[in-house]
Amino acid sequence: MPTRTILGNRGLQIEEPLIFEQDTPGMSGCDLPEPEEATNRLGGLAREEAIGLPGLSEPQVVRHYTRLSQKNYAIDAGVYPLGSCTMKHNPRLNEKMARLPGLGDLHPMQPVSTVQGALELMDVLGHWLKTLTGMPAVALSPAAGAHGELCGLMAVRAALEDRGNARKVVLVPDSAHGTNPATATLCGYAVQSIPANARGRVDLDALKAALNDDVACFMLTNPNTCGLFEDEILEIADAVHDAGAFFYCDGANFNAIVGRVRPGDLGIDCMHINLHKTFSTPHGGGGPGSGPTVFSEALAPFVPVPYVVDTGDGFALVESPAQSDQKPFGRMKGFHGQFGVFVRALSYMLSMGSDGLRQASADAVLNANYIAAKLNDVLTQSFEGPCMHEVLFDDRFLKDTDVTTLDFAKAMIDDGVHPMTMYFPLVVHGALLMEPTETESKLGLDQFVELVRGLADRAQGDNEKYFKEAPRMTPRRRLDETAAARKPVLRWVPEAGG
Amino acid sequence: MRYLPLSEPDRQEMLKTIGVSAVDDLFKDVPRSVLLDKPVDLPATAGEMAVEQTIGALAGKNTGTSAVPSFLGVGAYRHHVPSAIDYLVQRGEFLTSYTPYQPEISQGTLQYLFEFQTQVALLTGMEVANASLYDGATAVAEAMLMASRITKRNKAILSGGLHPHYRDVAVNQAKFMDFQVTCADPDPLATEDLSALIDNETACVIVQNPGFFGQVRDLSALSEACHEAGALLVVAVAEVVSLGAIKSPGAMGADIVIGEGQSLGNGLSFGGPYLGLMACRQKFLRQMPGRLAGETVDVEGRRGWVLTLSTREQHIRREKATSNICTNSGLCALAFTMHLTMLGEAGFTRLAKLNHVAASKLADRLATIEGVELVNDTFFNEFTLRLPKAANEVVEALAEKGILGGVPVSRLHQGVGDLGNLLLVAATELNTDDQAEAFQTALKEVL
Repeated sequence: MPTRTILGNRGLQIEEPLIFEQDTPGMSGCDLPEPEEATNRLGGLAREEAIGLPGLSEPQVVRHYTRLSQKNYAIDAGVYPLGSCTMKHNPRLNEKMARLPGLGDLHPMQPVSTVQGALELMDVLGHWLKTLTGMPAVALSPAAGAHGELCGLMAVRAALEDRGNARKVVLVPDSAHGTNPATATLCGYAVQSIPANARGRVDLDALKAALNDDVACFMLTNPNTCGLFEDEILEIADAVHDAGAFFYCDGANFNAIVGRVRPGDLGIDCMHINLHKTFSTPHGGGGPGSGPTVFSEALAPFVPVPYVVDTGDGFALVESPAQSDQKPFGRMKGFHGQFGVFVRALSYMLSMGSDGLRQASADAVLNANYIAAKLNDVLTQSFEGPCMHEVLFDDRFLKDTDVTTLDFAKAMIDDGVHPMTMYFPLVVHGALLMEPTETESKLGLDQFVELVRGLADRAQGDNEKYFKEAPRMTPRRRLDETAAARKPVLRWVPEAGG
Repeated sequence: MRYLPLSEPDRQEMLKTIGVSAVDDLFKDVPRSVLLDKPVDLPATAGEMAVEQTIGALAGKNTGTSAVPSFLGVGAYRHHVPSAIDYLVQRGEFLTSYTPYQPEISQGTLQYLFEFQTQVALLTGMEVANASLYDGATAVAEAMLMASRITKRNKAILSGGLHPHYRDVAVNQAKFMDFQVTCADPDPLATEDLSALIDNETACVIVQNPGFFGQVRDLSALSEACHEAGALLVVAVAEVVSLGAIKSPGAMGADIVIGEGQSLGNGLSFGGPYLGLMACRQKFLRQMPGRLAGETVDVEGRRGWVLTLSTREQHIRREKATSNICTNSGLCALAFTMHLTMLGEAGFTRLAKLNHVAASKLADRLATIEGVELVNDTFFNEFTLRLPKAANEVVEALAEKGILGGVPVSRLHQGVGDLGNLLLVAATELNTDDQAEAFQTALKEVL
């Protein structure tokens, strides 16, 4: 039985009220100077009513956020095997570099003569990305993976319109991330699904049957979301190109192949790269990310503004289509992209080097195959053969129990680890997608395996209650998501009369 | 390699467990013709010291805004951030976690997002806010599409006082979706009549306040004109600190408010990562894009938080989603909410006052220079000057004198005829009287 105390606290777990419930009116954690007098130029539109922000002192603020932080799981704390998210170690050197004077304090609209080092840094980052992917052009400005997808598809549409026909349809495999079809819609395309074959790859015959003059693009994640390399990718690329369409690769899983396979050699026309996955920049509780997108020769002229040009006599920034000698499709982000993330990613790339990146992809794949080998007699692996950097199981191993994938995941939490991705991809039943990344040591993997095996074993016994009631040890136990959605409470409001 | 914990004996033992002899055997599904057998042509592994030297050298080629007097704005503002904020942001439990998919072990993130949403709703005078978008510019495009879903119309009117990047991102998105956008001409004097452009096919009017040129406007009449025609008023706020001094967009009749939240907690960082804000009326909630944290209870009846209304989102709705957004600006939202919590009502409104005073005094000072004219009669912390010569040349000459003296309008409104002599100048609480005097002196010299 969970124990309760007067304050609701348990050991180091503190019940922390909202900031609005800690208000001392008039209090501030900042001692700002008294404003001087000056001509008021607000045009009679000064705010007259109070905003309603609470007042807290500095120590109260520090405690509040420290306590909140202690309610979070994080990579710094342990294995975070969230498939397709590449939760690898976030080096603190990257943070230090992003904050250097001369980088962290640059204004985006300074004269370009005063930011030559920043433009050079973007150029160097672009060079690394182009070299690692074997692609001739890059757009750095997309803000995250889904934004990079949008960038890729906008370039596709611009190139097709340039040829005289934008076409109508984007083909997307069943197993794709939800962002792929959502992005296609944002580019004005209808979406058509392509089924997977029995080996967890694109059904090439189905793809060929779907390809015609209306198809603008085929979007494929490779390695795919089943954790498998698309072994017919060269045939896929040929088929797509023969139909006059473009080939988009979702680079969410690039970490498996960095330094070993160049997407440019696979016939890919564009691919986004999640710097916050493959190149170690922090996920930050849900961003910021960065989604630079690389392009083939055919799409290179349509890369959006802004972009950096090495003039030989310094670096220039092309900020509008009018300044460009190419055919940029437009602009998709304010200023120049997620520069602070660029600095962090470059810091990681320079640290790893060409050899280290190649070792990292090998270790990521090795780690995933190791847990597959250690678990496949108790869990049910969905597809045979070696996986790439993540391994997909389904819930067949739970079929004679009343335990679901969700229950299993919640029980993992009580054992002190973050669960894997669940119920994705949709192509297998009750998916469990595990991506340990190269960050895990062998000891860490062995502990993880032991924990999962223990739970798999427990699930076979008469232990339904144990799983249904998990987690028990966390700051909160299972939360009522149905109630949250039925009657949304999305902000604090003062109590009536309060 | 310091980031890789596997030793060579570990690797060999693991390969043996798997039942293969080499790592390449794990890549057997990759066509041999494309499998690289050696590292690509890039530099090899480097230690911390070497990386610090390389990146430090790049930083050394730039002039940072903390090194010289800087008066740059246009949607990116240099403010003082309390020391505790960056320390707290870098706590690993915040920095190295991801989207709170498992709420039981993400209550920290979910609670601060709930507090953030409340703060954004309060500041903007709206009923609800989301957990952030990428930046101010992309938020404009998202708001335009949201207004279209609500009104089932596909025409938008963009004010000439909208930040040109915000306009360009919206126009770019629109052209891929057969969406019609009317852009009013650049409008330094805030004399445009947007009401005259509204018709019964208009989904929304998007206006920025304070405007790109600095002007502060009363939007109440425009709001009425929108509502009479069944359109929505979307208000963009590029400097969120202004909301501590100016009547909120909600109080002026806005339906959707978007903004750039960089000013609170987040550094300039050469333009990103920044923080897209979005808030709206309760009745439009289900058409809002982006993540939402909501309150609920756990099985023991204790208050807690979850991500909610995800049936709007791409991972559930796929091609029918409200947006394709997935990763947003979580950590920037954390810095924002921490800074605002540290300020509180008293600190935030004082900060706004300090900004207005700094800009007002600077405007008085610069307008005394012969040939320099203050274009706007209203502004918050940024205003437009008309110079007797091209502003881009003036800015370069000022930079040579060690002053980052504003942004030429022509850099953002390229190729627009008579804007070449206009200079946008911002002042914040960080600009001292000495800096203002140095700016005045230098500007006099270069004109």
